[in-house]
Amino acid sequence: MNNLINFLTAGILAAAPLLFGVLGETLTEKSGNMNLGVEGMMFMGGIAGILGPYYYEKAGGTNPYVALIIAMVCALVCAGVGALVFSVLTITLRANQNVTGLALTMFGTGFGNYFGEAVGNADPSGFLSVSTAVKGIFNNPIFPDSMVNIPYIGKLLFSHNFMVYLAILLAILLAWFLGRTRAGLSLRAVGESPATADAAGINVTKYKYLATCIGGAMTGLGGLYLVMNAASGVGGAWVYNCIDGYGWLAVALVIFAVWSPKRALWCSLIFGGLACMRYYYPISFIPASIYDIVPYIVTAIVLVAVSLKHSRANQPPESLGLSYFREER
Amino acid sequence: MQPTNRPVNAVELRDVTKTFGKVVANDHVSLDIRKGEILSLLGENGSGKTTLMNMLAGIYFPDSGQILVDGKEVSIRSPKDSFALHIGMIHQHFKLVDVFSAAENIVLGLKDKGKFDRKAISQQIRDISSKYGFDLDPDKKIYDMAVSEKQTVEIIKVLYRGADILILDEPTAVLTPQETEKLFSVLRNMRADGKSIVIITHKLNEVMAISDRVSVLRKGQFIATVNTSQTSPQQLTDMMVGHAVTLNIDRPEPKDPQDRLEVKGLTCLDGQGVKVLDDVSFAARSGEILGIAGIAGSGQRELCEAIAGLYPVSHGEIIYHNRHDEQAENLVGKSPLAIRNLGISLAFVPEDRLGMGLVGSMGMTGNMMLKSYDKGNGFFTDAKPPRTLAQEIKEKLEVVTPSINTPVRKLSGGNVQKVLVGREIASGPAVLMAAYPVRGLDIHSSYTIYRLLNEQKEKGVAVIYVGEDLDVLLELCDRILVLCGGKVSGIVDGRTITKEEVGFLMTTHKEEGRGHD
Repeated sequence: MNNLINFLTAGILAAAPLLFGVLGETLTEKSGNMNLGVEGMMFMGGIAGILGPYYYEKAGGTNPYVALIIAMVCALVCAGVGALVFSVLTITLRANQNVTGLALTMFGTGFGNYFGEAVGNADPSGFLSVSTAVKGIFNNPIFPDSMVNIPYIGKLLFSHNFMVYLAILLAILLAWFLGRTRAGLSLRAVGESPATADAAGINVTKYKYLATCIGGAMTGLGGLYLVMNAASGVGGAWVYNCIDGYGWLAVALVIFAVWSPKRALWCSLIFGGLACMRYYYPISFIPASIYDIVPYIVTAIVLVAVSLKHSRANQPPESLGLSYFREER
Repeated sequence: MQPTNRPVNAVELRDVTKTFGKVVANDHVSLDIRKGEILSLLGENGSGKTTLMNMLAGIYFPDSGQILVDGKEVSIRSPKDSFALHIGMIHQHFKLVDVFSAAENIVLGLKDKGKFDRKAISQQIRDISSKYGFDLDPDKKIYDMAVSEKQTVEIIKVLYRGADILILDEPTAVLTPQETEKLFSVLRNMRADGKSIVIITHKLNEVMAISDRVSVLRKGQFIATVNTSQTSPQQLTDMMVGHAVTLNIDRPEPKDPQDRLEVKGLTCLDGQGVKVLDDVSFAARSGEILGIAGIAGSGQRELCEAIAGLYPVSHGEIIYHNRHDEQAENLVGKSPLAIRNLGISLAFVPEDRLGMGLVGSMGMTGNMMLKSYDKGNGFFTDAKPPRTLAQEIKEKLEVVTPSINTPVRKLSGGNVQKVLVGREIASGPAVLMAAYPVRGLDIHSSYTIYRLLNEQKEKGVAVIYVGEDLDVLLELCDRILVLCGGKVSGIVDGRTITKEEVGFLMTTHKEEGRGHD
């Protein structure tokens, strides 16, 4: 039983960064933009999110809460700028979205690793890392010990850091926004049929820009989480190549969750669980790398199933990946 | 609005002119739409009906002229301006989001304040539906709907936005007769409610059935407005097609015509199960040009594609009499490649010119090769014959291009069409189908194409010419097959028939049409 609780808890911790990525990419794709640069934006969010508090502390800052805010803002802005570049290229200049997204991934990966290594090497300690206090904020439970210590459910529900709850809150907010608000309706119309949206008086360009940039910024929080969280790395320090394919997993998860923020909640939990299963339920004859490819195999199966089912409600946004040209007038 | 006793026109158009490049779509058109009436806007393809109404809908802006709504001059620069003036247009191609419900589509883009209350919206939609006699479930998804229901959504969409002036662009083109009747009763309810309705159409029987007045346009010119009760279909046809123009196109007498292609009872269904071709029977003869006339979308494209093996046939036969051994073969069920190898060639020029038959980014050589790459043995293609052919076509047809390797999309429209037709002719076909080969061409290039077709005819090829311009059909073709709504409404002699008679056949469904041939 304890092993199961530990496994599920670890699964939740591993799921949170994925959830940020999935939600950001879902928002982006709902506008009809397929941004394959999630991995790159996570790198950008991750490196900016640690450089911010690092320099804050270098400059003599000691308040971990200020460091936290700096980290969040840096991660959001840096990843958002990556998405903005993508938006300008694909929406305004109508470049191919897939190529642009791949370029963003390559750029972001190099950008993150370069600054991570360069700043780390220049530091007397040889590492780019933040203080234990800042690290603690990103890792300690936000609920009091009395709640965390409730048998079974305490650990499962209340032992997590604030970013886990933030991710869940974002999923609920995004589901509400897409399904229950006029702006959400307009956004979905833009992704389904931009010509129809345009005729209905919706500013297609504005919606595409906003959704892509805000979505990109959200994926940056996933990068920040991966850098700061102890479960997925050293915690609070830059590790070379620390994003390690999580961005791609998030892109796959968007398909797995069929573009639904609600389904993204448990889908990312499954992927998170699969990602750390080998530590809790190892099967001796299965090499660890087999565990790593399971999420991708599951995604491929879901993609086939979605295509075969022909269910009209569970399909990608119809104009996903296409640039919108307004007809000549 | 000032109180007044005389009826104010809902909309007045005064001397409205719109040009696209050199083409004058509307030439000083003046028209008024009264309150509480149904006005039909009648005209052939390209007569400028839709363009004129698009200026009311804010899609186009007139080059000159005035538009008055409720007696006040207005400037309509966008669909939003049009909504604000309570004008709503229902286009031929519906603009709906498939995965949304009817209600979601109806409120899309509206900037109402307050809570997004789905229940209240659904109730409002039900109220509009019951007021005018529509039948619509607001929560039904568009992808579950039949075409007529989608149209209903479009109409309610403009009513929900408070439209008092409704413009419907060929609303019955997609409807069955029963659905049409239902739409008409809804339109009458709206008229009784004081709405002004404009129907763009070319179907005379519907004009007579529904409208109070009819305005006729021909080639961008306003001809006249008449009261429906004081006119007849024959008079309207005459106004629509005008007098014949002499073009002096050569028309050699057919030599020894023999049936080459016999179509018997051909019926085709589109994706939605609607009959696009209904029991079509005719014969195309060698050494003869058979013209196919009809309003756009009457089944011309489907007919050509069915013969070429590109469109699924549900009933009927297409018999090909081989020119060498006079063997009869049924083409239905054969692959397009097999049909082409028998010598049946299709040159189709769609509206966008490059959409069918040519690859825009390839040069002339590459496009020639598309028809011959599978000939010969070996792994590698042989580019020499296509290159020679491209060179030949370039010289013979005077194709203006820097090089035969210049991507064809960089050529002007006329030259692209010459390449397309030239390639089809080069294959030495027994049956040559040329659909809209002079679409958008200047006069000189058009005559080149006519000459080419006549050359083929004299060689004993059975030529099928699908055209838009009646004057050309009347001077070029030996016989003319008239399609109306997917049915043959007549096969007539091109030498003796008058333009008015063809025009009448084009707009008259078989049941009420006169027998010819």
